[in-house]
Amino acid sequence: MNQISNLILPIIVLLVILYGFIKKTNLYDEFVVGAKESFDMIIMMFPCVLGMILGINLFLESGFLDIITRTIKPLFEIINVPTEILPISLIRPISGSASLALLNSIFTTYGPDSIIGRITSVIEGSTETTFYVITLYFGCIGIKKIRYALIAGLLADLIGIIASIVVVNMIFS
Amino acid sequence: MVNKIWGSFIVIGIIFCIMNNKIEDMNIIILESAKTSIDMIIKIFPVMALWLGIMNIAKASGLISKMARGLSPLLTKIFPEIPKGHESLSYISSNIIANIFGLGNAATPFGLKAMESLQTINKKKEVASRSMITFLVINTSCVTIIPTTIISLRMMHGSANPNDIIFSCFLATFISLIGGLIIDFFLARSSKK
Repeated sequence: MNQISNLILPIIVLLVILYGFIKKTNLYDEFVVGAKESFDMIIMMFPCVLGMILGINLFLESGFLDIITRTIKPLFEIINVPTEILPISLIRPISGSASLALLNSIFTTYGPDSIIGRITSVIEGSTETTFYVITLYFGCIGIKKIRYALIAGLLADLIGIIASIVVVNMIFS
Repeated sequence: MVNKIWGSFIVIGIIFCIMNNKIEDMNIIILESAKTSIDMIIKIFPVMALWLGIMNIAKASGLISKMARGLSPLLTKIFPEIPKGHESLSYISSNIIANIFGLGNAATPFGLKAMESLQTINKKKEVASRSMITFLVINTSCVTIIPTTIISLRMMHGSANPNDIIFSCFLATFISLIGGLIIDFFLARSSKK
């Protein structure tokens, strides 16, 4: 399984370059133009990440979350799921930067290669900021009644979270 | 929503830190968060630049639009309400392909275009149509092949193999996409009655 993961990136790069060769694309020029776009994205990201790291780290340090986690822990132990994944699962649909800040603190505490680190990596990678997407897309075309959109989006996220736990447990243990 | 949550994080954080007698730690955290965030940005930046560079080749060579066209037959099945050959289908497929390759910046404009186009065939302009919600569900499951941000964050924390979650991510998003579409199908059917 690890081999597959390791092959995906090089194979995609190879295919993209080969196709570009056949189509006589200016490979290097286009690469440079694309890479340049990252400056704008990073500049846009920085203030959000800064704000969320401050908020999340203060919140985590305060011990408030420990009280909540301790209360639900028995429930999670029954289904054999680490409680540490709870905060990121709750925050992920609301804010991308906040969940990234949480992921950062999980990596600091448990390490990226721990089972918790891997599950949360996959949760972060397989779910979206549903609230943001709904606000953005429906807001801009003037939809007032969203009907079952939020339920459907959040349920899709929930399936993503459950799938992350199951898949990581299957592949890495 | 984000405003209220962020505010509560900080208010709860500071009050509980004082209550739990963690005043010194709190001072360190306030100042350290600036450093942590710039560390994160600096580590994410090069991986993102690399990926956007590679993907720009795929865009310029026409690979992305070719793949988007290949998706159309499948889409007519997922979106039964959209008339065949309607322009919204091409925006939807471009958005999906851009998302798959981690081109968030390119995906959003396509997504907005797709929504505008779906609005032109929507009967009640203030109510979300079935197709709009299905498109939204596809977006929230967000199938991605290379989650660049997560990989670079794993690199920064010294992972032995930051890429080893790629396959798991792909599998998990695929499951959530299929599950999301099934849920959407049944919710659409029950809301009609």
